[in-house]
Amino acid sequence: MANKHRFRFTLGVLLASIVITGITGCSQLDVTDLRGTGDMGIVIERAAGNALVVETSHHTQLFRVEGLGNLSHASVVFSRDERYAYVFGRDGGLSKVDILRGRLVKRVVQGGNSIGGAISQDGRLIAVSNYKPGGVKIFDAETLVMLADIPAVYGHDGERSKVVGLVDAPGQRFVFSLWDAGETWVVDIRDPTNPQIRKFRDIGKFPYDGLITPDGRYYIAGLFGEDGLALLDLWNLDAGVKRILGGYGRGEQALPVYKMPHLEGWAAAGDLLFVPAVGRHEVLVIEQKTWQEVGRIAMHGQPVFVMARPDSRQIWVNFAFPNNDTVQVIDVPSQRIIKTLKPGPAVLHMEFTPRGEQIWISVRDKDLIAIYDTETLRQVKTLPADKPSGIFFTSRAHEIGL
Amino acid sequence: MQAVFFVTTFSLTLLLTLSPTSLHAQEKEISPSRQGELIHLLKQDCGSCHGLTLEGGLGPPLLPTDLSGKPPEWLRDVILDGIPNTAMPPWRPILSENEVAWLVKSMLQGLHNGQ
Ligand code: HEC
Repeated sequence: MANKHRFRFTLGVLLASIVITGITGCSQLDVTDLRGTGDMGIVIERAAGNALVVETSHHTQLFRVEGLGNLSHASVVFSRDERYAYVFGRDGGLSKVDILRGRLVKRVVQGGNSIGGAISQDGRLIAVSNYKPGGVKIFDAETLVMLADIPAVYGHDGERSKVVGLVDAPGQRFVFSLWDAGETWVVDIRDPTNPQIRKFRDIGKFPYDGLITPDGRYYIAGLFGEDGLALLDLWNLDAGVKRILGGYGRGEQALPVYKMPHLEGWAAAGDLLFVPAVGRHEVLVIEQKTWQEVGRIAMHGQPVFVMARPDSRQIWVNFAFPNNDTVQVIDVPSQRIIKTLKPGPAVLHMEFTPRGEQIWISVRDKDLIAIYDTETLRQVKTLPADKPSGIFFTSRAHEIGL
Repeated sequence: MQAVFFVTTFSLTLLLTLSPTSLHAQEKEISPSRQGELIHLLKQDCGSCHGLTLEGGLGPPLLPTDLSGKPPEWLRDVILDGIPNTAMPPWRPILSENEVAWLVKSMLQGLHNGQ
């Protein structure tokens, strides 16, 4: 009796498998292999020129994608379906990686020396900013065919500026700043082959990076050559660029800066914005309503990344050489440091999981990724990686400016 | 305070270990392990502005072809004292004169990638 049942059952399974195999044929679609990409991401192996495809739910490395060129300072944006990662390399390479298959789909070398990129609001265009020759190029996200070239020409002699702080903005626009020229440009690319440029001059000396608020309204460029930040209201371009926090370090001698800070992501917590002070061991706290400085937090070193946990309760900060073995955590309500962590030598980047329960930290000189629980502030796991730098999770796909 | 203490101890150590003789003689004082650290610093920390292979970035390229014709003493001073009103920082708080002289020599010879 029992035997007969088992026999029937086996036969059923057998038939079912035959039927399934028959239907799917050679398309390789096995239901058990199907997955989404919402918990996936990319870790850059800086020196080797690889991208690791990782997964945050079980802390695993899924693929290693090789041959992406020089990836010092590489950054990544994701297609809106969260399947493709666009990797911008230092050697001017723009690589499109299929993270589901762990394969390089396409790669073009588009410039001599690039620093960052952005994806348009509609997901169809990729913009790459270059140091050399200074400017921005626009590509079709599907084919990586170049559609427009925007040289960052300034002054009277046709000089070209290095471009920094490139972000996407609502209204099919890209916004970026000119390091050498001290300008911010807003480019409307509704017709990608005919970009409309609006230039804002004299925003301040040496803008080093830029960010956009999550609502896509304000663009802010940090200044290296002088104290302060340059603020542009994208809802009201006619109002022009406004200087905020001018002279935050008045009368104080700034320290030498061994690494440029970044304004990636928006360390905003409620009404407060947290930004690195250039050449100072401080994080500045700005109230967004008034754009006034409302506090300063003394830190272990010069901040490089100042990043808010997705719920904005904590701010995580890493530091420039020679203090780059440390990460500090600021509690937002009290504006105090609640933890000083020592993940190891050369902490280069940090990335929160989509809802912020964990943070991944790249520790270059230890050749690993350290994963921390953001509530207990304890390390939960490490993953090996060869000189890791940037960490980018797919949740960026749906955030303006990332 | 801690930093000051560190720098002081560091300089003291250097003072004790270095003999201020000729440039050539000083260079010999740099141990192989320190040389490794200096190359690492050159690629990673100078590299954060000048590019990982010194091919250029925010700062200009520092490859032998770019530097040839520039006096080593000038290069050494630029590295030690930085270039005012630019992003090039002074390295005097971190590197000794003779370490910088050694770095300049290495830069003029060129780094071998993959090193
Ligand atoms: C924070 C960024 C930054 C870092 C870090 C940095 N530099 Fe520079 N460096 C620059 C910039 C910018 C210039 C160009 C300044 C100018 O406009 O003249 C420069 C210029 C130089 C020059 C002069 C080059 C020339 O041909 O005029 C030398 C040499 C140099 N750097 C060496 C180094 C070394 C060695 C290190 C590491 C010990 C280093 N730099 C670290 C930004 C940096």
